[in-house]
Amino acid sequence: MSRLLLVIVLALTLLPSVAARADDTMPPAPYAYRQLDDPKLEAKAQGLMETIRCLTCQSQSIADSDASIAGDMRSQIRERIAAGEEPEAIRAWLVERYGDYITYTPRVTSLTWPLFAAPVAILLVAALLLRRRFGRGERNGGPQA
Amino acid sequence: MIAEAGLAALWLAAALALLQFGSGVAALRGEGSPLAALVRPVAVVQGALALLAFAALLLVFAQTDLSVKLVALNSHSAKPMMYKIAGAWGNHEGSMLLWVTVMGLAGSFVALVERRLPERTMIATLLGQAFVSLGFYAFLLFASNPFERLNPVPPEGQGLNPLLQDPGLAFHPPTLYLGYVGLSIAFSFAVGALITREVGPAFARAMRPWVLGAWIFLTLGITAGSYWAYYELGWGGWWFWDPVENASLMPWLAATALLHSCSVLAARNALRAWTVMLGVVAFSMSMVGTFLVRSGILTSVHAFAVDPKRGTFILALLAIYIGGALTLFAFRAATVTEGERFAVTSRESALVFNNVMLTGTLGIVLMGTLYPLVTEAFGERVSVGPPYFNPMSAVFVVPMLLVLTVGPLLRWRRDQLARVRLPMLIAAGVALTGLAVAISLAPGKVLPIIGLALAPAVAVASLLPLRGRKLRQVKLPLWGMVIAHFGIAVALLGMAAEGAFTTERLVALRVGESTPVGPWQIRLARIEPVAGPNWTALEATLEASYAGAAPIVTHPQARMFWAPVQNTAESALLTRWNGQLYTVLGDKADGGANGGRWQLRLWWKPLVTLIWIGGALIALGGLLALLGRVASDLRRLVASDKIAFRRQRQGR
Repeated sequence: MSRLLLVIVLALTLLPSVAARADDTMPPAPYAYRQLDDPKLEAKAQGLMETIRCLTCQSQSIADSDASIAGDMRSQIRERIAAGEEPEAIRAWLVERYGDYITYTPRVTSLTWPLFAAPVAILLVAALLLRRRFGRGERNGGPQA
Repeated sequence: MIAEAGLAALWLAAALALLQFGSGVAALRGEGSPLAALVRPVAVVQGALALLAFAALLLVFAQTDLSVKLVALNSHSAKPMMYKIAGAWGNHEGSMLLWVTVMGLAGSFVALVERRLPERTMIATLLGQAFVSLGFYAFLLFASNPFERLNPVPPEGQGLNPLLQDPGLAFHPPTLYLGYVGLSIAFSFAVGALITREVGPAFARAMRPWVLGAWIFLTLGITAGSYWAYYELGWGGWWFWDPVENASLMPWLAATALLHSCSVLAARNALRAWTVMLGVVAFSMSMVGTFLVRSGILTSVHAFAVDPKRGTFILALLAIYIGGALTLFAFRAATVTEGERFAVTSRESALVFNNVMLTGTLGIVLMGTLYPLVTEAFGERVSVGPPYFNPMSAVFVVPMLLVLTVGPLLRWRRDQLARVRLPMLIAAGVALTGLAVAISLAPGKVLPIIGLALAPAVAVASLLPLRGRKLRQVKLPLWGMVIAHFGIAVALLGMAAEGAFTTERLVALRVGESTPVGPWQIRLARIEPVAGPNWTALEATLEASYAGAAPIVTHPQARMFWAPVQNTAESALLTRWNGQLYTVLGDKADGGANGGRWQLRLWWKPLVTLIWIGGALIALGGLLALLGRVASDLRRLVASDKIAFRRQRQGR
């Protein structure tokens, strides 16, 4: 959506990748645009691919991207899943290789814990505010239902 | 010549904004200052001048005047006229000019028609509006001049990104900007009310239509943008939790909360400070969104150049406006009392709950969007995506929707839950049935199951406020509320069904072969070259038959644009009442080996269209409420004029 506005600026970055793809004489990764035959394994792979970031795109997962690196990664993931690896093991392997940036599921670390504390904190503040508010309301407003 | 005229109009508009601000300050400081009479007319002319500047930009784009740098960078003589014109705001400078134009026009509109509040509050409001405009004028004139000339003149323009060459560009950004900037009115009202300390039902009634108007445009803009991304990006995704999308969602969440707290303030004179605060927050979120999108800060990790001057400029504006408004709030909040009290079981409480949960969702989205910047400052890059946003926002949205099933049935001030026992039982029954059905149909998909269970319950509950009323006597705002809440249920059902039941099929087919996807059978009939005004394409002819019915023909294309050079996949959609078939033509499989097979990406997405139908219903609900409010305000105005007239006659 408004992301499309951004694409203007991105056009310049995208161009080389498109050109590279056109010139590619290498055979494309086998499972980039092909699903696994077993629907259960494919669902597993799909679930993982939707949470892996495409490194050359603007905020897209590799499951939503035409970029060649995304295709290669999809193929990698499908092959590994077909070979019996668990999605989380593959994710760990990708994080090992590319860093935390590659996965859309932030891990709880000393740096990212506030992300997960935020909802709890918001709920606590809300509860406190409401209690103060209705605590007084009870005295003034009499008995409640 | 036209570009210079536009620039001159822009400078004049900026000067008038300064005059509007100055005379407003003078009028507020000295009672009865003659400058008070100046504020409204100046606001009107300022808006007109901004519009003139924008018209000049449209004209240079329509003529493809390549001596203007912005045109040369973003347009091309071979582009269809619609995209030449829409391309005027498909870039940084142009969209900022659209921003100040909408802001100026909104200001002049308020100056022309708004007469319900005391003149002092109105002057303070227009002063606030001028103050905000000034910053954006400065930003345009000093850091992003859209009328800059180019020497030597290039023989041809660089063209517009093909992804943007779509009717969506003509509709989506202006709608969204009307929403973003419309919230500046709410902001100025809040600032005005804080300055004059007049926060009450009259203030809420005056602010409400403006908030409603902005909110309708935001809703439409987000809905349209989501559908545009869905069909244009070619992978069937309709929401990515992209920072730019979040930038539009955050003001919407704040505006939705503001809308509801406004109605509490208008009806019951409660939640005064909170409503003013939300007025400040809503537009602040618009500005934060603009900052995120325009400064390039969130994309700084990518390889394209962003002018750091612009980022700093917007950051400074942000600090001045949000910081200033919050400081004013901090000083004046103590003098604005909370207002009337109410019991835990009451309409007010339900709306407070709605506000708290919406604000909580807003907090999550803000946190998830900005946190990667924090970690980057510590030298570590992390991504926050759907696996974070979906469950975390559900923590707040699900309880909110549960309360939505009863809230509208409660009475103001104090009520008994026993009184609404029957509707609650009905909603609970529907939800439990939905839950059972959802679990059996889509086992293991937690969030879609919750959505599938909640949507029918909310749908039924949203209609319950009409129970026992004569439908022909139901007032427009009530219809608006019912339809908007129903729209929430419809959109939720679409989202949940898309998540739970989508079938994906990636295949490589030879011409003549076919493949199943969900209940469909798709046959690749042929592949042919076609040409458009500035592109060539390969077009597939697919014969799609639903459950053995006669085939329907559809034409996905792989387009090659030459200015700029880029390939796009134009998806082709087949819409049925119960969902959409989404088809995309990809590259030749196996690099031409294996006898010419073609990549096809096919999706069957049951009920997916409900997402956007729901969005449209929500906006329609807003429109009905707006019409109802404006009509009753007009009636009240006419009545009070009549009374005044009679008094005058009798006094004579």
